[in-house]
Amino acid sequence: VSVSRELKPEAGISPVRAVIQNVSRRSVLKGMSGFVLAMHFSLDETLAFPAWEHGGQGLPSGVVADPHIFVSIAIDGTVTVVSHRAEMGTGSRTSIPMIIADEMEADWSRVKLLQAPGDEPRYGNQDTIGSRSIRHHIQPAREMGASMRYMLEQAAAAGWGVGMDEVAASSHTVIHKSLGISIGFGELAQPAMTLPTPGRDALRFKDEGELRYVGKTGTPLYDLRDITTGKARYGADVFLRGMKYAVIARPRVVGGIVRSVVEDAAKEIPGVETIVKIPGAGLGSKFRPLGGVAVVASSTWAAMQGRDALQIEWREGRFSQYFTSVYERQLRKTAEEPGTAVRNQGDAEAALAGAASVFTREYYQAHNAASPMEPPAALANFSGDGCEVWAPLQNPYGARFDIAEFLEIDPKRVTVNVTLGGSSFGRKANSDFAIEAAFLSREVGAPVRVQWTREDDIRSGDYHTTSLERIDIGLDDTRRPIAWRHRSAAPSFLSMLGQDEGKQHPDEIGMGLEDLPFDIENIRAETCVAKAQTRIGRYRAMSHIPRAFAQQSIVAELASELGRDQKEFLLEIIGPPRTLDWRSAGLEKSFWNHGESTAEYPIDTARLRNVIEIAAAKAEWGKTLPAGEGLGIAAHRSFVTYVAAVVHAHVEVDGTVRVPEAHIAVDCGYVVNPDRVLALMQGAAVFGMTAVMHSGITFETGRVEQNNFNDYPMVRADNFPEAVHVHIVEHPFSMHATGVSEAGVPPFMAALVNAIANSSGKRIRNLPIGNQLTA
Amino acid sequence: MAVRLNVNGEDVSVDVAAETPLLWALRDALRLTGTKYACGAGLCGACTVHVDGKATLSCMTLVSDVAGKAVVTIEGLDPNGGHPVQVAWRSLNVPQCGYCQAGQIMQAASLLAENPNPSDQEIRASMQGNICRCGTYQRVILAVRAAAGEP
Repeated sequence: VSVSRELKPEAGISPVRAVIQNVSRRSVLKGMSGFVLAMHFSLDETLAFPAWEHGGQGLPSGVVADPHIFVSIAIDGTVTVVSHRAEMGTGSRTSIPMIIADEMEADWSRVKLLQAPGDEPRYGNQDTIGSRSIRHHIQPAREMGASMRYMLEQAAAAGWGVGMDEVAASSHTVIHKSLGISIGFGELAQPAMTLPTPGRDALRFKDEGELRYVGKTGTPLYDLRDITTGKARYGADVFLRGMKYAVIARPRVVGGIVRSVVEDAAKEIPGVETIVKIPGAGLGSKFRPLGGVAVVASSTWAAMQGRDALQIEWREGRFSQYFTSVYERQLRKTAEEPGTAVRNQGDAEAALAGAASVFTREYYQAHNAASPMEPPAALANFSGDGCEVWAPLQNPYGARFDIAEFLEIDPKRVTVNVTLGGSSFGRKANSDFAIEAAFLSREVGAPVRVQWTREDDIRSGDYHTTSLERIDIGLDDTRRPIAWRHRSAAPSFLSMLGQDEGKQHPDEIGMGLEDLPFDIENIRAETCVAKAQTRIGRYRAMSHIPRAFAQQSIVAELASELGRDQKEFLLEIIGPPRTLDWRSAGLEKSFWNHGESTAEYPIDTARLRNVIEIAAAKAEWGKTLPAGEGLGIAAHRSFVTYVAAVVHAHVEVDGTVRVPEAHIAVDCGYVVNPDRVLALMQGAAVFGMTAVMHSGITFETGRVEQNNFNDYPMVRADNFPEAVHVHIVEHPFSMHATGVSEAGVPPFMAALVNAIANSSGKRIRNLPIGNQLTA
Repeated sequence: MAVRLNVNGEDVSVDVAAETPLLWALRDALRLTGTKYACGAGLCGACTVHVDGKATLSCMTLVSDVAGKAVVTIEGLDPNGGHPVQVAWRSLNVPQCGYCQAGQIMQAASLLAENPNPSDQEIRASMQGNICRCGTYQRVILAVRAAAGEP
């Protein structure tokens, strides 16, 4: 299956004309609403794709596939499609409606999008996390598109008084095949939209060859023109008459409470109007704001200055004792002792005890702040009727409940409008900033926009877990790995949701810990108790990052120790092509598998091996490079997507790391939007290089030590992974499409670490690297 | 107090304190929201505008300092989006989330106005002040080259 293609950004849009095949149909005529309606049944069952089970169906509110909710057609022919997922840079706002448009034969240039507010009873689950948008919505999108096409064809056939086999939708019209005349979607809008949704059995889906947008490059982002002309609207770009601007002084230590405030200096600043205390909350209170003191003003600038002029005395609790340097040592100590087994295949303890030698390594990663370019910002308008919010929220329906709970009002009285997100990487899954705005709007009796500064974002956010992953590999006397024990010590995002017992969430255990696809007889995975000392939130690829970093590093380290080629050794340890079975893996129930069944989304080592082979071949693995340069390889399955990366690193004499080239092979099943797969892999390389090289959040006395992009730096255009070649494994539609917005990050980071070791001889086991290569 | 400015070719008067950063005068007073706030400290380039044709960080520029000068924001670069940099940006589908892109485009347009045929090194050096967290740099560089008329 090693078919792949390399994608390059192409200039211009080149729509491919679809060829509509004549399909043999049996027609039954029925009368309705003054039209003669044709009901048809496809005789060729192979044209329809069978429905499959996916994780979206089991999420709260499930999946809605009703074209009457998601699609409407105006009499001028404009097709309006509802985008119900939050757009924050992955392109899902374009890709899902594009699937609907393609399947219904709409001309993309005549499609408008309507962003849905948070309303899951109407639209189904909207929680835009976990790389789920394409995975969960490709099927309903195709069904809605095919339903719309059916209804349009039905209306046209009725109007002409012919059977369904006489008509076919094509490029925003329905054609009368024998007469060669056509009628536009606009003219069909009224009769078509009043028809009932046909059952799935009646639908004919396009053949893959008939798709004109899906699976092809050339469809621009829907918001592209607005973005390039400054018209795109993000969280801070909405205005209401009489609105106020707020900036908030939050406790530097989580759980800190305001003891006293001196407001005089703040009040003297022109534009400052009101100073409002916000009740705070400690850990375990989900997304309730940290609390503090808000300065409400007539402009953002006045509010910022006012906030900085506040003199606040805080009463700080036990988290003022959080020192990440101390915590790191505690994590290492914890991981020396047995934890709770979450996977127990064979008998790793006995095998380690009887091993000829044991190879042990520890890998540490500091906290990270997601730090989207757009810091959190939300506008709220509380009035007697309730509260309306405009914000870039990943979970707009959940935010309604969070806001309602804080204000003690009915969630039905809260409306959450979703703006574009100026990236998120998990930060805006936390609705604290929208709750702050809603609370302040009620307190001051006017619309209020809360603006977080960059310093607020870095110092008062929620953070990627900090982790210690310790792996012990037992070797027999032929130096073959016979035992693998992986202990993970990391505070969990569970600590944000309630009482923290120091345990990891099943999702976190499912991220590369329990689902290790290695062919070793005895495998044991354990989690160790680690209680959070700050808010642990979401971060692009989450716990997959430390797991891939540890596993892919130790395999490379052991390969070198044994004098083996790192790629060959990785393939050997993954073992022969097979699908993982939870019973023989020593689990008590099936893999979490990102909420998917292994029947539909198996853990398939053939696909993992394949991406490794592709990336290695494309990068010419094994080639000779000058001193100071080297290749590193890593592969990881996450978000049910398989990615392998070969990174070419150059470690200069002064310790500067450059990445002149990288090859990333991706297997995400059927590909909907190849250009966005390319973009998100290029992006994962930059995000990954930032995380490897620079970004770490450290705490002293409970306070984050970093402030802004000076001390929490990002990879920039003068040194970034320059030539990222992306190789996409081609699959037919029957190989379920999966998401790609996170899956590139973990293997890229691990491959870069391995490349640095192979370039410089310096093995990095603590992230970020910071000055480790210069010291 | 009122400060008189020329923004996107029009004389306007904004009622803000003289020491207000240009960024906030543009965003809050003139509601030209295409210019973005991201760091407030001159570290990321998201707020880049042109002042008398030169790329300028509006978060670090006092509104009083640009009185009488020509300020151009992304909205005024070419209202129809026809500037070669904007065209190149669209043809390469550069943005991901889009938030930093106005700053990137304004920086690139200023670079090309001063240096119509920049080398790769010059492009990188000029664009390094503009952070993109989504990681669009590879396409940013391609787009600047394309806008310069290079293949």
